[in-house]
Amino acid sequence: MSTIALTDAHYPGAVAAREWSGPASKRIVTGYGFWIFILSDMVMFSAFFATYAVLLGQTAGGPSGHDLFDLRNVAIETLLLLASSFTCGLASIAADNRSAIWFQLAMAVTCAFGLGFLAIEGKEFASLVARGAGPSRSAFLSAFFTLVGCHGLHVSGGILWLLTMMAQVVAKGFRPDILRRILCFALFWHALDIIWIAVFTVVYLLGSAA
Amino acid sequence: MSNGHDNVDTGVDLAPGDEHVEGGVGLRILGYLTGLGLAILLTATSFFVAGTDLVWQPSIPVALVVLAIAQMGVHLVFFLHITTGPDNTNNVLALAFGVLIVLLVMCGSLWIMANLNHNMMPMDQLMQMQR
Repeated sequence: MSTIALTDAHYPGAVAAREWSGPASKRIVTGYGFWIFILSDMVMFSAFFATYAVLLGQTAGGPSGHDLFDLRNVAIETLLLLASSFTCGLASIAADNRSAIWFQLAMAVTCAFGLGFLAIEGKEFASLVARGAGPSRSAFLSAFFTLVGCHGLHVSGGILWLLTMMAQVVAKGFRPDILRRILCFALFWHALDIIWIAVFTVVYLLGSAA
Repeated sequence: MSNGHDNVDTGVDLAPGDEHVEGGVGLRILGYLTGLGLAILLTATSFFVAGTDLVWQPSIPVALVVLAIAQMGVHLVFFLHITTGPDNTNNVLALAFGVLIVLLVMCGSLWIMANLNHNMMPMDQLMQMQR
């Protein structure tokens, strides 16, 4: 690492910038790039949230959120996602300490919680469609299925990524590039939880009150 | 450094998601447990407030939004390890820009659409004009 000392003669006025330690490490660059992707994903979700909020009352004479939503199911879904975020954190700790057994165990539990979430959401969607409240019923339901379905698709993709990371740790071990992918996966999984907070608040709690 | 990334240049920056702790595995697990506990508490409060008759009804949506934002903060700090430390400046700045765009999209849409809705002629009058 080369350090260039900047004296006041070189750089008058910039007293704080005395040391420059070169480009950031690959872990920081990769993590930062993925962080930007996550933020852009949240911008995309914000458009879906705005659509849902605008169309909340446009039920076209069909059922409203108050008639449709089962808040007990939503509470269970929320608990599953929170628990999976916690076990995902444990997997990150295990990876940092190069413990393959604990990593695989924590990832497997995370996967189970994620699959449980998807199962409940799938059942909810199926029952809505069976009751004649599918996405084509009203603008409100179109917005609902787009927003919640998009989050569900992200969770499905996250589970595929999770299984890939479990396989890659078995096949390649904790190499620096694998550890960077684990970092990005953890960011993705925790970010999905943040989006779910907005979903259960805006879609279910505010949506069933309106 | 206890998080196993000795090559990380902690003096300058930290990757988003990496945490800077001195203490070992137990302390890191405790951090995640704290986050989980706070998140469950805030979630439970949200669900309780949504269904209760104990508070003034018009205040409920505001309370729900505040609780949600608080919980997002808990997740950012305890799970994503976005902190106010000097090694996190870049991550926080990117987040701030993201939040700005999200707020513009959401508030802008709601504002404009509510205004259009307010100014729109009732449907029967509109039909008469087309005749």
